[in-house]
Amino acid sequence: MKSCLVVDDSRVVRKVARKILEELHFACSEAEDGRQAMEACAREMPHAILLDWNMPVMTGIEFLRRLRKMSGGDAPKVVFCTTENDLAHIQEALSAGANEYIMKPFDSDIIQTKFAQVGLI
Amino acid sequence: MKVEDFDMFSTMLKQRSGLVLSRDKAYLLESRLMPVARKWNMKGLDELAVAIRTRREEALLRDITEAMTTNESSFFRDQKPFDQFRDVVLPMMLAKRAARRSIRIWSAACSSGQEGYSLAIMLLEQGAKLDGWRFEIVGTDLSSEMVEKAKAGIYTQFEVQRGLPITQLVKYFKQVGDKWQINDKIRQMVTFREYNLLTDLTPLGQFDVVFCRNVLIYFDQPTKGKVLESIAKLMPTDGVLYLGGAETVLGITERFKPMDNQRGLYVVNQPAGAQAPRAAVG
Ligand SMILES: C[S@@+](CC[C@H](N)C(=O)[O-])C[C@H]1O[C@@H](n2cnc3c(N)ncnc32)[C@H](O)[C@@H]1O
Repeated sequence: MKSCLVVDDSRVVRKVARKILEELHFACSEAEDGRQAMEACAREMPHAILLDWNMPVMTGIEFLRRLRKMSGGDAPKVVFCTTENDLAHIQEALSAGANEYIMKPFDSDIIQTKFAQVGLI
Repeated sequence: MKVEDFDMFSTMLKQRSGLVLSRDKAYLLESRLMPVARKWNMKGLDELAVAIRTRREEALLRDITEAMTTNESSFFRDQKPFDQFRDVVLPMMLAKRAARRSIRIWSAACSSGQEGYSLAIMLLEQGAKLDGWRFEIVGTDLSSEMVEKAKAGIYTQFEVQRGLPITQLVKYFKQVGDKWQINDKIRQMVTFREYNLLTDLTPLGQFDVVFCRNVLIYFDQPTKGKVLESIAKLMPTDGVLYLGGAETVLGITERFKPMDNQRGLYVVNQPAGAQAPRAAVG
């Protein structure tokens, strides 16, 4: 079973995403901001990370840049999942090392196709 | 709804688009034709039924027919058919058309155009390998609204997230307000026109590869057979036909047979007699 870390400051979004991902047979854990996500990754790198952009303490993009510098940090497939829906943000995410990008609102279809595209399913 | 009204609507729809509506689908008529009734300043389906009986106005009949189509589609729908195109069909066609260096592809029942555009993107991604080749991609659909949408190439955020990798969104689309428009280069690779699959298809010309996916499911067996037979007439003997995941030629027509080891792909059957006897299948 593959693991997925869901990083979002909204409990509701984490819950919805978690439910969808568990149906796709991922073992999920959660983090409320970039710092918590860093700690989780330092303990154990997940296979996948579903990542919000705007969060208190540490944003998603900042987390991603740090993750990619950590040892083993190039391994997880990172899928942004954010309300930022303009080309500039998408390009910034891709150049920081994101593998896919979901613009909210999302549904299970979108998560499933995006995860399939990066080879997680 | 009155039984005679239902029967009148369903007979008319079957004639005009091939759509088969069973009685348990009466709710579909209600939900999809109410907007048409409103557009024509009518109170409801009763009034619509009267208008059809008395006036048989073409524009009204068209609106009804179009409103009853299901236009669900997505970029790289089901993915696998497009992988098969890149890995099997395209290399095969490149070998077979080496002298002519041109290939015609038809997205029959193209809906809002994602199938044709997905093929265009896939071809562009092949890079220099296709230099000097001419590809013509034609998309057709019964619905004028869908053909207009396909031509515009403008999609919602939701539509561009279903099937399209983010790198290709960035590469081939531009943002227009809260929507996304496919770039001119891709748009120029695909032409769209209104066309009814139940009519004479020969004016469309010959096609090396035909995508006829997720439309035959709405038709009854004889109509499926008729459409497949007129498609076969547009294809060279080495042409390839794609059907949707829930569709087949088996038991419907002898003009096509499944391609070996390639689910969903069909090749033109040589006329009986010209063909060596085959081992029994299934
Ligand atoms: C579900 S969509 C399929 C779109 C696309 N081929 C795909 O697989 O994603 C079916 C389309 O068939 C079109 N259609 C239905 N009857 C038709 C007919 N008789 N001639 C041409 N198009 C037809 C509808 O307008 C609709 O856009």
